[in-house]
Amino acid sequence: MTTKLFGEPVQRREDARLITGRGRYLDDLGAGAPAAAFVRSPHAHARILDIDVSAALDVDGLVAIYTWEDLPGALAEPLPLLIPHPALTHGRTACPLAREIVRHVGEPVVMVVARDRYLAEDACSLIRVDYEILTPVVGVEEAARAVHLVHGDVPGNVGAHLVQEVPSADGRSAREAVETAPHTLAFRLDVERSASMPLEGRGVYARWDDDDRSLRVYSSTQSSTSVRMAIAAKLGLPLPKVEVIAPDVGGGFGVKIVHPWPEEVLIPWAARLLGGEVKWTEDRREHFVSSAHERGQVQYVRVGFDDDGRVLGLDVNILHDHGAYTPYGIIVPIITSTQLLGPYKIGAYRVEFSSIYTNTVQVTPYRGAGRPQGVFCMERTMDKIAAHLGLDRTEVRAANFIQSDEFPYDQGLIFQDGRPLIYDSGNYPEALRMLKELIGWDSFPELKAAAAAEGRTIGIGLGCYVEGTGVGPYEGGHVQITSDGRVHVSTGLTSQGQGHETVFAQIAATELGVPIEKVSVVTGDTRRFGYAVGTFASRAAVMSGNAIALACRKVREKALRIAADALEADPRDLEITDGVVHVAGAPSASIPLATVAVLSNPLRYAFDEEAQRATQFSGASSMDRPPIEEGQEPGLEGKDYYSPIRSTFACGMHAAIVRTDPLTAEIEILRYAVVHDCGRLINPMIVEGQIHGGVAQGVGGALYEKMAYDEHGQLLNASFMDFLMPYATEVPRIETAHLETPSPLNPLGIKGAGEAGVIPVSAVIASAIEDAEGIPIDRMPISPSDLHTLRLTR
Amino acid sequence: MKPSPFDYHAPADLDEALDVLARVGPDGGKVLAGGQSLIPLLNMRLAAPAHLVDINRLTELATVEAGPGGVRVGALARHATVERSTPAAAVQPLLGQALRLVAHPVIRNRGTVVGSLVHADPSAELPAVLALLGGSVRLAHRGGEREVAAAEFFTGPMESAAAPGELAVSAFFPARPPRSGTAFCEVARRHGDYAMAGVAAAVTLDEDFRIAAARVACVSVGPIPVVVDVADACGGRPEASADWAAAAAAVRDRIEPEADIHATADYRRHLTGVLAVRALRGAAVEAAGEEGT
Ligand SMILES: Cc1cc2nc3c(=O)[nH]c(=O)nc-3n(C[C@H](O)[C@H](O)[C@H](O)COP(=O)(O)OP(=O)(O)OC[C@H]3O[C@@H](n4cnc5c(N)ncnc54)[C@H](O)[C@@H]3O)c2cc1C
Repeated sequence: MTTKLFGEPVQRREDARLITGRGRYLDDLGAGAPAAAFVRSPHAHARILDIDVSAALDVDGLVAIYTWEDLPGALAEPLPLLIPHPALTHGRTACPLAREIVRHVGEPVVMVVARDRYLAEDACSLIRVDYEILTPVVGVEEAARAVHLVHGDVPGNVGAHLVQEVPSADGRSAREAVETAPHTLAFRLDVERSASMPLEGRGVYARWDDDDRSLRVYSSTQSSTSVRMAIAAKLGLPLPKVEVIAPDVGGGFGVKIVHPWPEEVLIPWAARLLGGEVKWTEDRREHFVSSAHERGQVQYVRVGFDDDGRVLGLDVNILHDHGAYTPYGIIVPIITSTQLLGPYKIGAYRVEFSSIYTNTVQVTPYRGAGRPQGVFCMERTMDKIAAHLGLDRTEVRAANFIQSDEFPYDQGLIFQDGRPLIYDSGNYPEALRMLKELIGWDSFPELKAAAAAEGRTIGIGLGCYVEGTGVGPYEGGHVQITSDGRVHVSTGLTSQGQGHETVFAQIAATELGVPIEKVSVVTGDTRRFGYAVGTFASRAAVMSGNAIALACRKVREKALRIAADALEADPRDLEITDGVVHVAGAPSASIPLATVAVLSNPLRYAFDEEAQRATQFSGASSMDRPPIEEGQEPGLEGKDYYSPIRSTFACGMHAAIVRTDPLTAEIEILRYAVVHDCGRLINPMIVEGQIHGGVAQGVGGALYEKMAYDEHGQLLNASFMDFLMPYATEVPRIETAHLETPSPLNPLGIKGAGEAGVIPVSAVIASAIEDAEGIPIDRMPISPSDLHTLRLTR
Repeated sequence: MKPSPFDYHAPADLDEALDVLARVGPDGGKVLAGGQSLIPLLNMRLAAPAHLVDINRLTELATVEAGPGGVRVGALARHATVERSTPAAAVQPLLGQALRLVAHPVIRNRGTVVGSLVHADPSAELPAVLALLGGSVRLAHRGGEREVAAAEFFTGPMESAAAPGELAVSAFFPARPPRSGTAFCEVARRHGDYAMAGVAAAVTLDEDFRIAAARVACVSVGPIPVVVDVADACGGRPEASADWAAAAAAVRDRIEPEADIHATADYRRHLTGVLAVRALRGAAVEAAGEEGT
């Protein structure tokens, strides 16, 4: 059976191309195009007094130099605030080039275009910018004290403040529930910054066609459709004259969903002005200081619980470090504060966050998007409850789980899509049971004792999460079967290596009954599909996967109708196998989809032999009806959209065993186990790959990665020499088990899997280290040096 | 991250290289060997030499000569070649022990041992090895050459005795004496990273298996590799009863670690002591085994 592919571990079709160097990434395009480079602020907070470009004018090969003063009309205004929210009372975004004040190291001040990037950088190094240094605001707690301001017109440095509160069943507030609970705990948690850090940075290549008066832009983006609209708006161009294509993209992880980046409007603008092409490829140092970071939060927690560890009241106050600007609104802290609840029923919940400006790189979603912080908070809380009561950590979690018969479960909050946080399905007790079995939870005490007898220190930890995936508003799919029998699938959202080419083809092949080899998939090309939202929030499979399935069903229905006519059969008796429509049980009465495609398009002109069958004297059409019936269209194609009522909620539970060296304080992950439930699996191998990549990034966040800002707002580790992403040697082998609880919300029954792996890792590793060391771990990441210091203060 | 403009020279042999260096050295000319340290510095514009003298065509310097007295490594011998040299390992095993800890295989395929010495990074393994063993570096210039002992060669962080216009043509690592062993222990944040702390140790036993000589060289805890003689602290006893704690204390006293974003000074000091014991023990055990064979 070649066509029943949904659920099979089909090998990724894109890999052969990508791993043999045949990928076409941004910098592979536009060889020889003039290059842009930027003079960026060396100061965290300063006023620009003067920009002197005179020395740069002599650089051979210089094309142009632009500052804010050169920007016309809408381009001179601040970039859009993408996701407004009533609580974001003081949202601020930057201008494409700094106007008067710079608010973080790396903010673009001058754009230079030259014959190549080398010359552009030579020119940059000759441009003199005079600054008046202003006091930098660094560190979220320091910023919250508001001794100095990041934006003069934002009092308290508070961009947004939001309280959400769910009273207990008997109507009591969370604070009341905490105060009156049999047991209460209060503590402070701290999560460091990290960043998406895709292998390929950002990049834009724009080509103005003066004959056609049109603009083609390639951008390493997670949302080509929205970049297109932003460019058209900023440059005042008619939308049909702008096309945006995401070529092969070497990872995004969230940073490329932000748009338009300054460079995404400046490079097209320069290309148009110069009447040709301009390219900018971000380098790693730029990526560190000029794109976006995430994670950084301080959380103050108070919890009240009963003797069984059931949480009666939870009161969390979050200081969210938003960096200098808020282009992506307050999505990250909203997700933290809602997804914090995980798989649990909390008696009463109050969460408050303040989104605080600092003179650092802006904070926007990075894979997990606020969830790792929320899960860290909830899971640290669970462990502290267990420690306080002397209970097993899994028992405390089980005591708080939402049970399988309680779905749909309404958490009573508003989620990141502006819709109620209602879990659609799940089976948390079963996931925990599977996890305990996979890691050997119950026999761990013996293992630990045996290790201790040999002088080795080991510990076990776990973490549970629920992840809202597949957020709306919509995605679409377009499917066309051409007269050569090929199936062309396109969807507007973009790909950054997830394997969409494979899974979307699997869906189409299964729905249409065609061999997968016949199916080609195009994503993120506005020439092929103009309406889309983008790839983020574990939504591509859910959104575009379902849209493509629905579009395929339309095409299938049409194909069966046309074939039924040709075969003089009832469409209900027809099946499609291997690209051939046939009468069920009578394989000889058949017609290939290719022929159906020919017949679907009544013709006057026979452009090839096959097409003769559809021409007007071929006798193919009835004389009683018009060649195209009312309400029908020519061609064997279909388009449909999927727009969910709300998000679908995946879940996962991870456990790890770590070893800590009693002398050197080195931390080694000995085992890492994952139980994962993303509904029906389209391709288990791809889901595992997503989990592996996510866990690897999670290990980075737990043990290695931080943004080391000094008090002047200088990022001390803005290179891969000092920003420590784990190598393959630091990532443990990952043992996985899948649970499949279908989503009732969408036709395919699927849930998202893209971010899952990263979400609980810091919580899991903290839990395991705490178990090994007997020292509370309230701050992540943790390095050997940190652990050494903690041991000394024990 | 593109370098500023420079003139590129690719001499075909040593004579030509020394000629070019004599001309451009005083004018800010830099030698380009494996490029594993220099190219990043250029790309980040932390170094902006007016001339680059690429020595990669000087194949006569791609040598590893192991003799009874020691191992002489030519300027174009790559880390990987030296790491895999059996004759070199037989004469001085510490070279291989250290090189396994230097970066990753792909970097060792390009980077050179001599380049690493001239680069003089206080966190690098090879300068510690040269310092511990009391080796030397041979510096050539047009019309002459000089041999500089390790003790004079490392002059500060990223500073060596190689003067502008000079080419380091080889380095000499003395052979392991009889009844002696070596070890290199370090802790890096990730595999292949520069170490937060690391200790190379060499121990020689007397005929009664008592520790006769014991020295360590420590990385990442001072401006240059810190060499400490711990023979007295070990107390002239056999491996099993040596006073390793006293040796570690002696080492901790001598080093001057500083804090950075990866580790506190206190942790580095602590770690260096732990690693000194591990390295000294390893070296002593190896020395005893050496005697046994
Ligand atoms: C990711 C990464 C990790 C690394 N990790 C480690 C590590 O853990 N430990 C470690 O020790 N090293 C590490 N290195 C550095 C590596 O070992 C380099 O190979 C070494 O430092 C320099 O050797 P090179 O041949 O590449 O020298 P180059 O980069 O070519 O030159 C370095 C400097 O030495 C000078 N120079 C080189 N050769 C000569 C010569 N013959 N005469 C005069 N001057 C000369 C150059 O002018 C330059 O100033 C790492 C490098 C990278 C990229």
